[in-house]
Amino acid sequence: MNVKSIAEIEKEIVEDFALFDSWEDKYEYIIELGKKLAVLEDEHKIDENKIKGCQSTVWLAASFEDGVVVFKADSDAVIVKGLISMLIEVLSGQTPEEILAAKMNFIAEIGMMTHLAQTRSNGLLSMIKQMKNYAVAYKMMKDNKKADHG
Amino acid sequence: MVVTDIRQQFPILGRTVKGKPLVYFDNAATSQKPQSVIDALSHYYAHYNANIHRGIHTLAEEATHAYEAARFAVQEFIGAAEVEEIIFTRGTTEGINLVAYTWGRQNIAAGDEIIISGMEHHSNIVPWQIVCEEKNAILKVIPVKDNGELDMDAYKSLLSSKTKLVSIVQVSNSLGTVNPVKEMIGAAHEVGAKVLVDGAQSAVHLDIDVQDMDCDFFAFSGHKVYGPTGIGALYGKKELLENMPVFQGGGEMIREVTFEKTTYNDLPYKYEAGTPNIADTIALKTALDFIKDTGKESIRKHEAELLAYATAQLQAIPGLTIIGQAGNKVSLVSFVIDGVHPQDMGVLLDNMGIAVRTGHHCTQPLMKRFGIPGTIRASFAVYNQKEEIDVLIAGLHKAIKMLT
Repeated sequence: MNVKSIAEIEKEIVEDFALFDSWEDKYEYIIELGKKLAVLEDEHKIDENKIKGCQSTVWLAASFEDGVVVFKADSDAVIVKGLISMLIEVLSGQTPEEILAAKMNFIAEIGMMTHLAQTRSNGLLSMIKQMKNYAVAYKMMKDNKKADHG
Repeated sequence: MVVTDIRQQFPILGRTVKGKPLVYFDNAATSQKPQSVIDALSHYYAHYNANIHRGIHTLAEEATHAYEAARFAVQEFIGAAEVEEIIFTRGTTEGINLVAYTWGRQNIAAGDEIIISGMEHHSNIVPWQIVCEEKNAILKVIPVKDNGELDMDAYKSLLSSKTKLVSIVQVSNSLGTVNPVKEMIGAAHEVGAKVLVDGAQSAVHLDIDVQDMDCDFFAFSGHKVYGPTGIGALYGKKELLENMPVFQGGGEMIREVTFEKTTYNDLPYKYEAGTPNIADTIALKTALDFIKDTGKESIRKHEAELLAYATAQLQAIPGLTIIGQAGNKVSLVSFVIDGVHPQDMGVLLDNMGIAVRTGHHCTQPLMKRFGIPGTIRASFAVYNQKEEIDVLIAGLHKAIKMLT
């Protein structure tokens, strides 16, 4: 469970990025995040978890633990990986309801919208959609369980 | 030829990207347009926009004249024997599809073989797969050697009496390789096969003479020869075009329509159904005029210098491997760098104002053959300068430092 809310984490990221005054610093930070992203075990690098872009590939795995969704992901391109790292930081460990309500405005605020616009090349936008799909699925699972018990 | 004078003719080269002067090295995807081409488009719309061939008023006459003048310009550009052999298309892809859907459907039967190469653009793969699937024909592929040249021995052994068509790219968009099409056409003709040459990349760099190479079809795109998008041309030998079935039905392509039977127009109108892309066709002529006035030989010389300079500079970068080292190349260089994903490189170079192409370049089977996800490709045009290559090299060093 993430102790911070999505809004709080987004705010922190935007504040971090406000410190960078050059594109080099910004990208060096993203590349650093990409390199530090926890390794996605090979067992998760399967076709079902693959979001194929035209140029790079994203793998996304999810699990539902103690009422929150835990995401793990990887990419073969390090800048995409850095952006993934931020998406995970924001959305992993949150409840399905919070994930579904998340507007993800921070991406535009840190000037990274172009990467989402490149839908065909990197699969990032599909990744966000897929994260939301997992939230929908886990929410349904939870609600059904509640109904069974009730 | 003075490059700084040439650059003056291309207004886009004066712009900045992310605060830096634009370095445009994505010419193999599309070239930039000289002011004369941009002016030709607006002049047409501002002064003599009219539908062509049927109108008897002055505007229609002027537009028809300009449109047909473009056909003569294309004829001259590729050395066709007759002007009727030039059909305007949307581009190379449409030209290849036109041949696949007309000549292909008429002449390919079960068990026949179509030969393409391992370095084809998807546009010269998929139309033939569609024909092969429909006709139960077989697609054969000429292998690519490690240096990026075609395996000519393998090609000759693929040819047989079953071969009905060889559809081959003259210049690889991913490797820059210039294929020996004349020799390949001769060999194909010996077994009775027809040959289509994909000239998408070659038209802007090489002297094209369809009669000398003796190809049966030749397709190219306007937007890669300093012309507008959405216009290209297909050349076909007259006797082939005359005997092929029509492609699309509609206006322009008919002689007489009754509900019982329609008779078709003569070449080339038989294959130009509907109101054509008049403005872009007219501006295509302006683009070909630009090439003619500049001189293809001067352009070729300048581009060869850029290629030699870029190749030498790139080879000096540790961990960089050039993909495609054929003896005969156009001014295009594709490369990979150890530990660097091409997409990451593309993103960082863009932040420096440098436009290169990264990825598989619509040649996925070729990338698979080299065991790489894609390359970084810098392709040069008449207006590029050595100084810009220096900017690229410095940019690569900077990006490699950031990424590794």
